[in-house]
Amino acid sequence: MRFAIAGNPNSGKTTLFNSLTGSRAHVGNWPGVTVDKKEGVYRLGNGAKTSEKINIIDLPGVYSLSPYTPEEVISRQFIMDEKPDLIINIVDSTKLERNLYLTTQLLEMDVPVVVALNMMDIIKREGSVIDTEILSQKLGVPVVPVSALKSGNVKLLMDKCIEYVKSPRRGSSFLPETALSEQYAKVLKLVERHNIRHPVFHAVKLLENDSIELMHNAVLSADIQNLKLEYEKSEKPFDYEAEIADLRYKFITDDIKPNAVKVFKNSGSKKSEKIDRILTHRIWGLPLFGLLMFVIFHFIFSENFLYLKSFDILEKGLSSPGVLLQEYIEKGLDFIMNRMHLLLGNAHAAAWAQGAVVDGLLKGIFSVLTFLPQILLLFLSLSILEDSGYMARIAFIMDRLLKPFGLSGKAFIPMLMGFGCSVPAMMGTRTLGSVKEQRMTIMLVPFFSCGAKMMIWATVGTAAFAKHVDIFIFSVYIIGIAVAVVGAIILKKTAFRGIKSNFVLELPDYRYPRLKGTLVELWKKMKGFLTTVTTTIAVSTLAIWFLQNFNLRFQMVSETGGASILEVLSNAVNWVFVPLGFAQGADGWKLVVATLTGLLAKEAVVSTMGVLYKVPGYDPNVSGSEAQVADTLQADGVFTGLTAISFVVFNLLVIPCVAAVATARSELKSAKWMFFVIGFWFATAWTASFLVYQAGSLLSRAGWINAVIFLFIVGIVLFAIFMRRKNKKDKCKGCNKCGK
Amino acid sequence: MESKLLAKFKKGETGTVEKLTVLGPLRRRLLDMGITPGTEITFKKVAPLGDPMEIMLRGYVLAIRKTEAEAILMKTEEQS
Repeated sequence: MRFAIAGNPNSGKTTLFNSLTGSRAHVGNWPGVTVDKKEGVYRLGNGAKTSEKINIIDLPGVYSLSPYTPEEVISRQFIMDEKPDLIINIVDSTKLERNLYLTTQLLEMDVPVVVALNMMDIIKREGSVIDTEILSQKLGVPVVPVSALKSGNVKLLMDKCIEYVKSPRRGSSFLPETALSEQYAKVLKLVERHNIRHPVFHAVKLLENDSIELMHNAVLSADIQNLKLEYEKSEKPFDYEAEIADLRYKFITDDIKPNAVKVFKNSGSKKSEKIDRILTHRIWGLPLFGLLMFVIFHFIFSENFLYLKSFDILEKGLSSPGVLLQEYIEKGLDFIMNRMHLLLGNAHAAAWAQGAVVDGLLKGIFSVLTFLPQILLLFLSLSILEDSGYMARIAFIMDRLLKPFGLSGKAFIPMLMGFGCSVPAMMGTRTLGSVKEQRMTIMLVPFFSCGAKMMIWATVGTAAFAKHVDIFIFSVYIIGIAVAVVGAIILKKTAFRGIKSNFVLELPDYRYPRLKGTLVELWKKMKGFLTTVTTTIAVSTLAIWFLQNFNLRFQMVSETGGASILEVLSNAVNWVFVPLGFAQGADGWKLVVATLTGLLAKEAVVSTMGVLYKVPGYDPNVSGSEAQVADTLQADGVFTGLTAISFVVFNLLVIPCVAAVATARSELKSAKWMFFVIGFWFATAWTASFLVYQAGSLLSRAGWINAVIFLFIVGIVLFAIFMRRKNKKDKCKGCNKCGK
Repeated sequence: MESKLLAKFKKGETGTVEKLTVLGPLRRRLLDMGITPGTEITFKKVAPLGDPMEIMLRGYVLAIRKTEAEAILMKTEEQS
C-alpha cells in the first residue's frame, strides 16, 4: 500500500513523515524536475499483521494545486498518475483557512483522504476550540487531531487511514452549492462522457481555464469554451480563475469555519509579532542578522574561540567546537592511515599498491572527511534557523539587495552557506522559486570563498605579502563577492535575460526547533555526504594520484624518474595560463599543477605545492606545515605581488572541486547545464585573472601604491554612477508629474 | 470608501481587497495565498531595506514586494 502526505509548507509535514518512517527514508529525485521525492516505510506495530508495510511518500509542501510551480504540478501529477491508495492531508489548525484551501482541492480527486489536524496542542493551549466531528462532516472525510506528533497520535492516525483506505472515494466539490453550479454541472457531464478518471477534479480545473487541462484535453476544452460563452453576460470575459479561488475561500470562511471553529484565539501570531519587532526591526534587523551569522561562523570555523587569546584570558586560546571536532577527526584518521601504512608494509605490498591505497585513496577521502564535523554543524545551524522560522525572515530582510539581480531573498541563504562549503550551499538552492533562479544561484555560489580555500590564501599571502597577510585574505573574500555581483549582472543581461523573481513568502510563526526531527534530517544529510565521498571523490582522487605518480610509460615516477603524466599534461596546457602571469618561467608548471589538483579539492593546492617545491621535511598531515610551504615559496621567490594575486584570483573563481561539480550536476538535472556552468566558472576565473595580471603589469610601472589608489578611485566613481542611476529610477515611480 | 493600491498603505492600515490587476502566475499565486476580493488585509511593516513588506491576512503573515502590492487594489474606509 502507498500513502502520500500532502500539505502546506510549515504545516509539520516533514515531522509527520519522520515520525512515521524514522530514519528509514531515502531521498530520491523526481525525474526531470528539481523537486525531491521522499519515500519511507511505515511498519504496522504489534497486534497487526506485522508483515505488512506501508510506503509513505512525502509530497512537496504546496499551497494549492495550480499549474504554475513545479512542486504543485508534481503533487497533482503524482496523485493522478501514480494512484496512491490514500492521501494524508496534514493541516495546520492554527492557520486553518489557508490550509483548508488545499484540502478542498485534494477532495476533488477520486482518492481516499484523511485529514490530520496538526498543532492541536497549540489550539488547546490557546483556549481555541475546533470541533473535529463537524469539520469531518463538512469535508466528508475523517479528521484526526494530532498534537505535536506524539507516537500515540501517529498510531491513531494510521489506524484510521488503514480502516478508511478500503472504502473507495469519489471526488467531491463545493461548487454545486454556489452561483457556478449550473456551469459546473454541465462541464462535469461533458467530462464524465469522456470517461476520464478524477472527473470532478478535471471539471473544476477546466472551468478554471487551467493551462495544463486545456493542453491535455483540447477537444473537451473547445466544447467547454462554447458552453461558457452561453453564460457571458457582459463584454468582459468572466474571470473563472479568480471566481473559483474566491468561492473556495468563501466555502471555507462562510460554511466550514463558523460551524467547526467554536472559539479562535491566535496568540502564536502575536508572539511572533513581538519577536519580529526586534528581529526584523527597521534599524536593528540587519545588525542582529549580521551578528547571528557571525556567531554561527565563529562557532564553526574560528580557531580563536570567544577571542580568549586576543583578550589574554587563555594564553593559547581555544578552538571553536567545529575546529575542535575537526582536529579530533584528523587525529583519528591519521591513526588509521599510519596503521594502514604499517599493515601494507608488513604484508610486503608493492610500493605502487601502498601508494595507491594510502596516499591516493585514503588521503583523498580523509582530506574531505575532515570537513564532516564542520559541514554537519553548518547544517545543524541552518536547520535550526529553518525550523525556528528565522530563515524566512532572512529572505525577508535580504530580498531588497538581491532583487536588482533578478534573484529573490531566498537566494541569499545558499550564498551565505557558500562561505562554509559549496556542496550544502548548492543543495540549499532547491527551495528557490524558479529553475532559472536556482541555476543562477548555483553559478554564483563558488565565488563566496569556502573554508577549504582559506588555506591557499593564508599560504600564498604569507609568501608574497608577509606581514599583511590578514588584509590579503580579507581582500580575497571581498574580490569573491565583487565578482559575484558583476557575474550576476552579466548573467542577468545574457544567459538569464528576462529573469524576474517574485517574492511571495509566508513568514511562519516562530517555534522551538524539534530536536528529534533535526537529528533525523542531519543523519540523512550525513548519509548523502558519505555517499558522495565514497563514490565520486574516491574515484577521482585515485585518478589524480595515478596521474601524479606515473610517467607516460606507466612506471612510477619515484622509482624510475621522468615527468609524471600530470606534469606532461600541465605542460601541454601551460599556454592557457601564461597570460595570467603565474605560469611563466621554468617552474611555472608547478603552479599549474597545483591549480589543476585544486580542481579535485581545494585542499590539494597547498599540499601539491608542498610536494613540488620540495619543501624540506614537508608533511601535509602535520598541522602548521602550511607555514613551511609559505617559507619555501618566499625563499624561492615563487610569487611576485602580482602573480600572487593573479594565482589566488584564478583559484578563487575556477571550478571549486569535484564534490561541488557533482552536486551541481545533480541539482541542475542536466549534463548540458553542468558543462555550461563549468565553462562559466573557468571563463570567469581566466578573464578576471587575466585582467588583474595585465592591468597590474601596466600599472606597476607607475608604482604599486599609485595603482591601488587609482583602482580605488575608479571603483568609487563606478559605484557612484551606478547608485545615481538607480536612485533616479527608484524615484520615478507613480508620481505621474513628468508623464513618464 | 476609497480605492487605493496596497503598496500605498500606511503602517497599520487595514482594508479589503477589491481586485487584482495582474495576470498569469503571479495572479494565481496571490489568489492561492488567499488574496481574493473581500479579504481583509493589514499592512504590518516594511523590511529594513524598505522592501518587501509584511502583510497580515486570514490569520497568517505574508511577505510580498511592493511591486506585487501594486497589483492589489484595495478598498479602505479612511480618507487620505
